[in-house]
Amino acid sequence: MEEDRRHLLAIIIAILAGFGIAASSIPFLASLQPTAEALAQAQDSVEIDLTHLAPGGSMVVAWQNKPIWIVRRTQAMLDNLSNIHSLLRDPDSLTEQQPIYARNEYRSLNPEYLIVIGLCTHLGCSPQFKPLAGELNRKWPGGLYCPCHGSKFDLAGRVMKGVAAPVNLKIPPYRFINASTVVIGENPNLV
Amino acid sequence: MSSADKNITSTHKIVQWLSERFPINEYIRQHFTHYYLPKNLNFWYFFGSLSLFIFFLQVLTGIWLTLFYIPTPEGAFNSIEIMMRDIPYGWLFRYLHSTGASAFFILIYIHIFRSFLYGSYKKPRELVWLLGVCLYIILLLEAFLGYLLPWGQASYWASQIGTSLFDSIPKFGPMLTLLIRGNNIVSGETLHRFFTFHVIAIPSILVFLTRLHLTALHKVGCNNPDGISVLAQPHNKMPVKVPFYPYYTIKELHALLIFLLIFSIIVFFVPEMHGYFLEANNFVPADPLLTPSHIEPVWYLAAFYGVLCVIPNKPLGILIMVGLLGMLFILPWLDRSPVRSIRYRGYYSRFALAAFILSFSLLSYINTTLLTPYKIFLVQILLLNYFLFFLLMPFYTKYEKNKPLPKSICGK
Repeated sequence: MEEDRRHLLAIIIAILAGFGIAASSIPFLASLQPTAEALAQAQDSVEIDLTHLAPGGSMVVAWQNKPIWIVRRTQAMLDNLSNIHSLLRDPDSLTEQQPIYARNEYRSLNPEYLIVIGLCTHLGCSPQFKPLAGELNRKWPGGLYCPCHGSKFDLAGRVMKGVAAPVNLKIPPYRFINASTVVIGENPNLV
Repeated sequence: MSSADKNITSTHKIVQWLSERFPINEYIRQHFTHYYLPKNLNFWYFFGSLSLFIFFLQVLTGIWLTLFYIPTPEGAFNSIEIMMRDIPYGWLFRYLHSTGASAFFILIYIHIFRSFLYGSYKKPRELVWLLGVCLYIILLLEAFLGYLLPWGQASYWASQIGTSLFDSIPKFGPMLTLLIRGNNIVSGETLHRFFTFHVIAIPSILVFLTRLHLTALHKVGCNNPDGISVLAQPHNKMPVKVPFYPYYTIKELHALLIFLLIFSIIVFFVPEMHGYFLEANNFVPADPLLTPSHIEPVWYLAAFYGVLCVIPNKPLGILIMVGLLGMLFILPWLDRSPVRSIRYRGYYSRFALAAFILSFSLLSYINTTLLTPYKIFLVQILLLNYFLFFLLMPFYTKYEKNKPLPKSICGK
């Protein structure tokens, strides 16, 4: 009787102490969250002037400290996008890796400009711009290539089959103020 | 009374005073003068104590590096360059520490190989083995954290990849990654976190686990190249076990001298080891917008990094990478052989071990080079080989024909 009572008390104390230890881990973990400053930085938008970007050219800008690739695609590049569906995992952008207004063949607001977060969806390296057909290998249709683990994307940031990256590159929210100025980080006013 | 006698008495008094208050004599007896080891230990048995030595050297040089290192994105790269150029002997501390990291892994790999060779993971030493595997994994983590600190290109993108691994954990992944990085990407917050864990948290765990590793070892006793149980009694009037001090301490000091000679040659003449110990990419400051065109992982992480390159499926690749280490945990229960040492094992075990060592060495080497489609295929085969060594072990160790075991380690 006495033994049972002590055993029960010991179990109760162990459970309560367990809760206590678990609860006291909260401040230690919570302090690791991003600071308000880091979060505020993530809300910022950047305005980019595109006048100096030639057709077929590309530029990298920073938004939320992430590399953003801006590619001014030529008509030939755009025409090629619909011909290479057989190479792609998700040619119709069914996975939500883009704002609703960029869910189209070109994955962009204005087909001419591809604006994409340049971090590989595999493990976050920054892919390189290899626009020329055959630049990487004979079958290469032109696109982005990740040097870390060899993932490949087309010129709309769509992932190719047989690589480590699971989904298409992410498209950030953006809107055009005028034909050659884009604001990254803000959605367009769609009526 | 002469002055020499006087000195002896006063030293004796101090020791006396101490031993009445602290179990110093018991400790020395238990772990040195009365810790008995089989008398047939060979070359392969030096690497445990050499690893312990290099650990203390890493702690010492690490403390000195911390004196001059600035853990911020703006200051980190420059503070190391200043260390290399302006601070007297700064280059020495830095090269001792960076070469020491690679040397540590070489010693640890030889130490682990010894266990494979003589079946040191088998009953009753399973716990010694498991603690050792934990030490190895935590050492990999320690090296990974320290790798970010120079804030070079290779540092930065290796950490970006490493922290992204957590992102693929279902549900909690993204939150966990954010807590580790303290920002959306690897940034100043991440650097400070890695710095703190590298210099304080992980080394403390390493000290604690090393103590447990040794305590467990001293409880079950050391294995030996014949892999048979050694009795404490003399055999034909010949002792089969000798005390650690002085018989093995003197041999290990000799081994330490040889190691220090080789280590010094590397530190003073080829500290970067042609890019294997310190990569060219890491002499370029970190750029969060640009991944270098050719990522070369540091050699001791290359086997694991390579898995991610050759498996065209993200979760599967990560699982296989974790599996490489996971296999080590179940090893003691996969081995069904009645014999410990390779000396008395059959040909299947010998062949399997040789194939395994070759696979792991090649994996560590090939993945530091640029991967072509043929190499990707080769790496896949080598990975298969790695897993087959473990998964087929219950069968080939059970059905092979072993040699008869000797009665004693004293021979005939």
